[in-house]
Amino acid sequence: MNIVKTQPKSITTDSTKYCPGCGHGIILRLIGEAIDELGIRERMLLTAPVGCAVVLYDYIFCDVIECAHGRAPAVGTALKRVHPDKFVLIYQGDGDLAAIGTAEIIHAANRGENMSVIFVNNATYGMTGGQMAPTTLVGQKTTTCPSGRTIKGMGKPIRVCEMLSTLEETKYLERTSINSVRNINKTKAAIRKVFQNQLNGIGFSMVEILSMCPVGWKVSPVEAVQFIEEQMLNYFPLGVYKNVE
Amino acid sequence: MAELNITESQDKRVLMKGNEAVGEAAIKAGCHCYFAYPITPQTETPEYLSKRMEEENRVFIQAESEVAAINMVFGASAAGVRVMTSSSSPGISLKQEGISYIAGAELPCVIINVVRGGPGLGNIEASQADYFQSTRGGGHGDYRCIVLAPNCLQECYDMTMNAFDLADFYRMPVIIQSDGIIGQLVEPFQMHPYKPMFEKLPKKDWALTGCAGRKPNVVRTLFLNPPNGLELHNRKLEQKYNKIKSELRWCETYNCDNADIIVIAYGATSRIAKSAIKKHNNNGTKIGLFRPKTLWPWPDAELTDIAKKNKSAKFLVIEMSTGQMLEDVLLTLMDVVPKKDILFYGMGGGWNPTPDSVYKKIQEVLKT
Repeated sequence: MNIVKTQPKSITTDSTKYCPGCGHGIILRLIGEAIDELGIRERMLLTAPVGCAVVLYDYIFCDVIECAHGRAPAVGTALKRVHPDKFVLIYQGDGDLAAIGTAEIIHAANRGENMSVIFVNNATYGMTGGQMAPTTLVGQKTTTCPSGRTIKGMGKPIRVCEMLSTLEETKYLERTSINSVRNINKTKAAIRKVFQNQLNGIGFSMVEILSMCPVGWKVSPVEAVQFIEEQMLNYFPLGVYKNVE
Repeated sequence: MAELNITESQDKRVLMKGNEAVGEAAIKAGCHCYFAYPITPQTETPEYLSKRMEEENRVFIQAESEVAAINMVFGASAAGVRVMTSSSSPGISLKQEGISYIAGAELPCVIINVVRGGPGLGNIEASQADYFQSTRGGGHGDYRCIVLAPNCLQECYDMTMNAFDLADFYRMPVIIQSDGIIGQLVEPFQMHPYKPMFEKLPKKDWALTGCAGRKPNVVRTLFLNPPNGLELHNRKLEQKYNKIKSELRWCETYNCDNADIIVIAYGATSRIAKSAIKKHNNNGTKIGLFRPKTLWPWPDAELTDIAKKNKSAKFLVIEMSTGQMLEDVLLTLMDVVPKKDILFYGMGGGWNPTPDSVYKKIQEVLKT
């Protein structure tokens, strides 16, 4: 029998604290594969976010700093300025990046910090049990908008790739999804691209990944995949929003 | 910004502003990164360091907010270099989140607070109303910061250099508690080279530098799994703070022997008090001064000692606040001095006393 895939060497565990059907585990594996393929584990400085991925240091075998909610781009900026030869990876969710940390991500992007950002968009606050996020869809029910998000009073979900693409110092912005094998493979390629950009000194590069949160959404894992396909993909179109070589 | 005019005379003294002196001290002490945001009355520090850090090929970022600036400090400190930020009261309030994380993660850094009037926007005059914030933690959680209070430019310069050493030695934030008077003051001081306080500083083997050839380092403040997680961590911090209390209490005493009254004041207020004492000491009243130079740890043993030697003396606490350090004085002297002999003279509105107003208050107090 041929071994086609093994667990990435940079991943320290075969079990995580993520819920059944959660997208973080898939993304973790893709990151691990990219780290191994590019051989950057020993150069990597990783920022762990507040939220479900806070204990990333239990999963990825590299130097990690656990950041306050939303502040990872500011922390990562300093890590990269102190160690320009190291690889800085910012990992954030939607509440982290697009609500409490909006200022930090916009200004890190605007300064053109040469960092790689993984933005996991699951349209809710997972860790705290499924509250309304800046990316929660109109009509989507959460524990803090039990009748569904309305435009009046709550606004529309923020499209981060589109917003950041207006900043001229951003170099690569892509939105992908992990709802299917095909899209998981595309996500892997996008992660490789934002990693490679930093290694090549190109500048601020981010991949936004549409991800499932069945427990937060209060649906089954299968229904969560369907929610991405039937709801999220309409509002958050996949594609490359910026690609400056 | 006007071009800085550093006048160097025969005795190697220079003439600068307080806010610039702390900046130059940071350069001399090897501060590699400085992150800040403009706010009156501290803006001369980012202006000065924007130029000097570039000259020295170091890192300066004008951050998008105080919150971002302190989180950049968190990152740079975790990366293993000397780092500083500066601000004034409303900005320091915004930094409290980051200071709590830095203290929790046991990282070294230097924070300059050029205190102005509060609460809220308050005003832009000198104040000492951030004493509680600086000495009681300020942010959430059970932590302390070392707080140094200069009252002249020589101390702004020296204490800032000391602050980097203390931060590295104890692995914690060190605050320089300046104020609108000290920060804006222009006076000469000796700009001597950096002299390390300690022969040897602990190795930063916890720093994030990439894990080549070693196990990964993790900088964290989350400790789940009670009771052994956070409880152990906070007990470890407590032990460190107790150690510092036993070995780092700085103060100045002036004219305290056989005093009728001893003024207790720090920072700008202590200079005003000293002027009052010098001006009026021959008028038949013997006035002493006790000046804490570390606000945390508070020099309690030293003050107790003075109180025991001057059993009939009264004590007058003077602050540019409605009474914050006063609480430390009352706690220190509760078993040594009757409460009625501990009196207070405070300015509530971001404004300073004068030598004459201090002396008038002293006369009032002695009549009671």
